[in-house]
Amino acid sequence: MTAATAQKSLDVTRIRPDFPLLATSVRGVPLAYLDNGASSQKPLSVIEAMNWYMRHANANIHRGVYQLSQLATELYESGRKKAQVFLNAAESGEIIFTKGCTEAINLVASSWGSANLKPGDVILLSELEHHSNIVPWQLVAERTGSKISVIPIDDLGVLDMDAYAALVSVGNVKIVAVTHVSNVLGTVNPIRELVDLAHTHGALLLADGAQAAPHHVLDVQALDVDFYVVAGHKMYAPMGIGLLYGKRTLLDSMPPYQGGGDMIDTVTFERSTYAPLPAKFEAGTPNVAAVHGFGAAVDYITALGEGETPREKLQSAFEAIEAHEQGLLMMATHALERFDGLRIHGEAPGKSAILSFTMDAIHPHDLATVLDSEGVAIRAGHHCCMPLMKRLGVPATARASFGLYNTYEEVAALERGVKKAVELLG
Amino acid sequence: MTLDLRELYQEVILDHHKHPRNRGVLADATASAEGHNPLCGDTITVYIKTDGVTVDEVRFEGSGCAISTASASMMTEALHGKSIAEVESLFRQFQALVTSHVAPPDAEGLDGELGDLGVLAGVRDHPVRIKCATLPWHTMYAALKGAREPVTTE
Repeated sequence: MTAATAQKSLDVTRIRPDFPLLATSVRGVPLAYLDNGASSQKPLSVIEAMNWYMRHANANIHRGVYQLSQLATELYESGRKKAQVFLNAAESGEIIFTKGCTEAINLVASSWGSANLKPGDVILLSELEHHSNIVPWQLVAERTGSKISVIPIDDLGVLDMDAYAALVSVGNVKIVAVTHVSNVLGTVNPIRELVDLAHTHGALLLADGAQAAPHHVLDVQALDVDFYVVAGHKMYAPMGIGLLYGKRTLLDSMPPYQGGGDMIDTVTFERSTYAPLPAKFEAGTPNVAAVHGFGAAVDYITALGEGETPREKLQSAFEAIEAHEQGLLMMATHALERFDGLRIHGEAPGKSAILSFTMDAIHPHDLATVLDSEGVAIRAGHHCCMPLMKRLGVPATARASFGLYNTYEEVAALERGVKKAVELLG
Repeated sequence: MTLDLRELYQEVILDHHKHPRNRGVLADATASAEGHNPLCGDTITVYIKTDGVTVDEVRFEGSGCAISTASASMMTEALHGKSIAEVESLFRQFQALVTSHVAPPDAEGLDGELGDLGVLAGVRDHPVRIKCATLPWHTMYAALKGAREPVTTE
């Protein structure tokens, strides 16, 4: 196949053996893992990359004069380059490794927020936000005397852009922090449109890419976002690694987040000067093995695509991933819609492959327990989105979320499980 | 149905889930408390009418899963007419029942003071669901002790 005729569908039969955990049985029933919104499974190449690193390349990075430390440093920085390509950042110095999205948002809220927010300023969030994109802002709002405002959503789960325009144009909004893809409703927010309006009114924009990175090709320069955060473990990389992308001018102007080794230039007891980007924001020994695993996950996704350059391959890979996941979403939506008293939450046009639902007579937790007996792993609860649950008028939802390796058989297992729950509890 | 599910969702539980007993506000309650499970967002209010010696009536309100609704419903029946000392003893026994793996596996062995409540022992094998069963009891106990803060399972 050539780049011009980029593959249209994923060969899932060939992909599945790459993920050893998917072969697991749950009490004798094959596992149907439909909780990818919470965390994804890892391909063998990621597992082996980390294993190899610890067997053959483990040493502390930077400043080590010996060969092994230099190798570890090269691998670490090579992971950063891969992240740069994955996001299409202008340079690798704009990639700061963190534990995950939560730490990346806390970094911006704490460092940028403390230096730039003052009483009367507004931090603009949306009703779709995960607690990790609410609580860090509340903490800095309390410290700085700034306030939080919220962009509402409509009944389909789409951001109310008129309300956004009205809120952001008041002139006191300093930063807009919104999710790229809702972890409950699957809504894909129009980030570029939100960014343009924010910039018009002198506000910055941070996008939470936790649920976008595994499903959609990313280009932070095309989006023109000021900050973008990614969690590795939701995009087939290990847990404990994520990143913050920030525009250099902003990151350069921000004070350090944490102090320690590796983030300094010189230290005396009177004062310290700080290292340039990205080291300024990476105090302490980082998780090098996980960064190496993150790089392997980027390589894995890239290799699913066709094209000449890594960016072309990523573009093609994500087209195939999206097409496959949208097929699963459509089948699951049609299957679930047929149940009496079942309500699907989130019907935004072009939504990502996340399916939240509730049933009149069956609590999400009971549903998840019955599905578990069928080997089907879904999530039930508030999904760390209590304000969104309030907006939806439910205490909790059941959520099936798909990944590139899921199959139509697994969607059928979901349907069978819901049927069984209805027979038992309906 | 697999054996595992039958163990959890026993007929008695399904019956109490579909037809909860003593659900609703108790107008002349002498004590009440609110309970909350932050894991699933469930809330419950337990009302008690007591003269300080005997529990005359217990009612509950709130939305929850089959396990928490059945547990609350069965609790209101089990506590009816019990002395405060007996309620405290049942509370402790119930906690042991749903959290301890050393309790006898057969329902007969559990059938002492706990009676029908023994059917809830199935949650032991579903660690995440234990709090569903215990929330009504913790809330009841808080009401009895005159707690002012809402109860949470965390």
